[in-house]
Amino acid sequence: MRFSAILLVIAAALAAIFSPRILDIHYLLDKSTLFTGTGLVALAMTLVIISGNIDLSVGSNVALTGCVAAKLLQAGYPPIAVVLLGLLTGTFLGALNGVMVAGFRLPSFLVTLGTMAAYRGAAQAMVGANSVKVPEGFTGIQRQLLALVPAPVVVFIVMAILTGLLLHRTVFGRWVVSIGTNESASRYAGVPVERTKIVTFALAGLMAGLAALMEISQLEVARFDLAKGMELDAITMAVVGGCAITGGKGTIGGTVSALILVMLMKTAMGVANVKAEYQLTAIGVLLLLAVLVSRLDSHQPAKPGKSPTKAA
Amino acid sequence: MITKRVNIGVIGLTLVLLAGCSTAPEAGKSAAGPKAEAGAKTKLVFIPKSSGNPYFNQVAKGFEGIDGMEIDTQAPTSADATSQLAVIKDQVQRGVNVIVISANSPDALNEALDEATAKGVSVITVDSDLTGNESHRALGILPTDFSKIGPSQVELLGKSIGYEGEIAILSATADAPNQNAWIEGMKKTLSEPKYAKMKLVEVVYGDDDAQKSSTEMESLLSKHPKLRGVISPTSVGLAAAAQVLENAGVYPGGPKATGPGVVLTGLSTPNQMKKAVAKGVVASFQLWNPADMGAIAAYLGDQIHTKMATYKQGDEVEVPGHGKLKVGPKGVIFAGDLLTFDKANIDQFDY
Amino acid sequence: MKRRELTAFGFLLVVAIGVALREPRFLTPTSIESVLLWLPLILVAAMGQLCVILTGGIDISVGSILAFAGIGTGMVFRAYPSLPVPIAFLIGLMLGLTLGLVNGSLVAVAKLPPLIVTIGTLATFRGLTFLVSKGDQIDSSMLPDGLTSLAHTGLPVGPITISYLLMIALTVAGATAIFLSLSPAGRAIISWGSNPEAAFLCGVNGGKVHWLVYAISGATAGLAGVMYAAKFGFVNPGTAGQSFELTVIAAVAIGGAKLTGGAGTVLGVGLGCLLLSVINVALSLLGIDANWQILAYGVVILVAIIADRLGHRSSLEAAK
Repeated sequence: MRFSAILLVIAAALAAIFSPRILDIHYLLDKSTLFTGTGLVALAMTLVIISGNIDLSVGSNVALTGCVAAKLLQAGYPPIAVVLLGLLTGTFLGALNGVMVAGFRLPSFLVTLGTMAAYRGAAQAMVGANSVKVPEGFTGIQRQLLALVPAPVVVFIVMAILTGLLLHRTVFGRWVVSIGTNESASRYAGVPVERTKIVTFALAGLMAGLAALMEISQLEVARFDLAKGMELDAITMAVVGGCAITGGKGTIGGTVSALILVMLMKTAMGVANVKAEYQLTAIGVLLLLAVLVSRLDSHQPAKPGKSPTKAA
Repeated sequence: MITKRVNIGVIGLTLVLLAGCSTAPEAGKSAAGPKAEAGAKTKLVFIPKSSGNPYFNQVAKGFEGIDGMEIDTQAPTSADATSQLAVIKDQVQRGVNVIVISANSPDALNEALDEATAKGVSVITVDSDLTGNESHRALGILPTDFSKIGPSQVELLGKSIGYEGEIAILSATADAPNQNAWIEGMKKTLSEPKYAKMKLVEVVYGDDDAQKSSTEMESLLSKHPKLRGVISPTSVGLAAAAQVLENAGVYPGGPKATGPGVVLTGLSTPNQMKKAVAKGVVASFQLWNPADMGAIAAYLGDQIHTKMATYKQGDEVEVPGHGKLKVGPKGVIFAGDLLTFDKANIDQFDY
Repeated sequence: MKRRELTAFGFLLVVAIGVALREPRFLTPTSIESVLLWLPLILVAAMGQLCVILTGGIDISVGSILAFAGIGTGMVFRAYPSLPVPIAFLIGLMLGLTLGLVNGSLVAVAKLPPLIVTIGTLATFRGLTFLVSKGDQIDSSMLPDGLTSLAHTGLPVGPITISYLLMIALTVAGATAIFLSLSPAGRAIISWGSNPEAAFLCGVNGGKVHWLVYAISGATAGLAGVMYAAKFGFVNPGTAGQSFELTVIAAVAIGGAKLTGGAGTVLGVGLGCLLLSVINVALSLLGIDANWQILAYGVVILVAIIADRLGHRSSLEAAK
């Protein structure tokens, strides 16, 4: 957490030096609308990871929900109904993950690997390779400004605050942390482990649904390849923000600062004309560095864990 | 708790810092448009569909030897519809004057391009146009008269199979505007009496992905044992299909050909097909020189930017090295002619 | 262990018969050869992935390693066209091994979680591939004929040809089987996967085990890269190997390997690879929109792990 904060300041300074054109608040706010979807998903991912799980299917969830919503809009359903149905769809897809993980006791990594493919595949089966146009009335959410700030950013800030409160100030939040720290102990202490887990995944789905609605409004189309790779970005943000992939540690504040960091990096690199593949590499290296630093930081002897999300 | 407060403090501080160093000079610069940059080199960015594609590398070759311009290529890592959005925005912010883009989607980029135009950036499409949304760009440079591609390809194939038999098409992505235009042209051509004995049995999509294109080609061979010909009007598809054909051995004269064999043709760059032609897997195929499009786009982009030139339908433009070109309806310019490559001439080309 | 292979075999039979009934052309030499053409790539990489998964880890960077090795090998041959073809496999293997060692050091030495490490290296290696290739793809004109011919020349068995590529892949699979069951290193891998604490107490060095498996995974992915070049005739730095990891992990999962480590056989995984190749070909053959392919993979993975769990109720281990 401290790591990402320090990095953020350094990155901002470097950006100021090397890409002065980036220091344009209008531009940054406009650019940030491209990241709000990932940001929302990263918020929920933080909860999932703290509870000791992982969700690789969020990107596909966004795609499927987005396609469903766009089709509903095309069929003439009123926007309010579509928003509700969209959120419901996302939550449902997320809850499915939760049920399989908590109910069937399946490893979250595998379940969400499967649903990542399944949801994306379902979107592909539904709309093929075509773009589904979003009707006029629903588009352009990023042009709606509240006090000069684009609506998507406002939505994100609100959700960030809410999620932060949920995690750090409610009993539910404490349950999430305790499950991630020591699941069996939590169970004995009376924490409703299964229900909590399902809720974390459902929340992830809810965020995905919200992100989907905003994405299709911004892009004016829905496609099956929407939000490709979003899950990796979200995980990167959570981990760089200080979440321990083994669970039990992490803050919303950390994730948010990591989000800003990634956004700054990608944007600065783009304006500085760095090729897209190298941007990808830079983010990959960032992730590795972040995990390295957190490993060095935590002074924990590495328990020989047996799952891919635990250290060797 | 303390660290969390530190965290929030840092975020806040950074945002303030960024907001503070802000807007007036930038806003001024970007809104001013071409005149303000007089004397400075025109900055042009080429945004292909995706990176690592030899076809677009060849388009970029057309930029070589052009003085007086700063030209860069920035490609997204994947050819999905929305991948070019961030690139467009970043480049505009970076201060480019001309965007030359090969669109991954006919409509997903409208808004971003409009924003760019409002900021004084000229937008020119190459190779893949904003079909149905042409108003969002200044000019569209297409490789060759699109309406001629369909008929030429059908004729090329027809000649090799005696104008008779089952044929199939292996395309790229179902959404690609150029592919769909060509396929329409092919279907129309096939309805003519000359080609009455040729039957189009299937159109499959390889998504410009090697694996998918290969699988689709393999399944074409399995599903249609009487297949006589395949047209693949996309370089990735043609290259993959050629390999499949070679692996299966059913090309004309091939080790496993039962009967006259399956004739493969399409559009691709000469370098990718040299081996296939040499081995007889593919007899002939076609393309234009993508570099023509690059050179023309760069020249016209520069003209628009430095001389505020406008081009309307019916205008005739003289582009150095490419002669007189006519501006057609919807601002479309055709760069050149279709070339046919075969064993006799393929070694003369290097792209 | 026999149970696992039986399940995989059962799946395979069901799918194969189902497809054949629906579409008799599935049983033609052409289709069968299509299936057999896919097999070597997946099989080889799956062997490496099996080793990694046996230790309870995962390697999702294999697609990027494949691309790197494919491009690297192509570039070497572009510069020195007269090198003997077998060298290609050596080069691919070395390149893959090197990247695998990077993964290994991050997991073994820095003790970082495999999932995160390989997410990071997936991006890093892909960027590296671009850097090295300068964005250009490797064309068929840069690859020696001897290499691409390996995909369609081989031993004729009736109307079907068993390609040399497939033979190489089967050899690798066989070697892996022997390695895992007979060599001390192989047994160390399995014992670490099933119970790290006990293995540690028996003197197994966890760090070395991890070095080994990620190196193997990288090396086999590198081999797959060379096979990719042979099969497709060209390697594109951006798209080669994309989503490959999904296929490979699916194959291992269907093959009955316990994805939390400790159990899995080469035979089972081999059957899993075969099943995936069949699905790959069947989808196009049945005229099922290729758009359903990813959906099919996802469903297959889910079914496999649910079936696995239903078969093994012994889980007090916190599902992660």
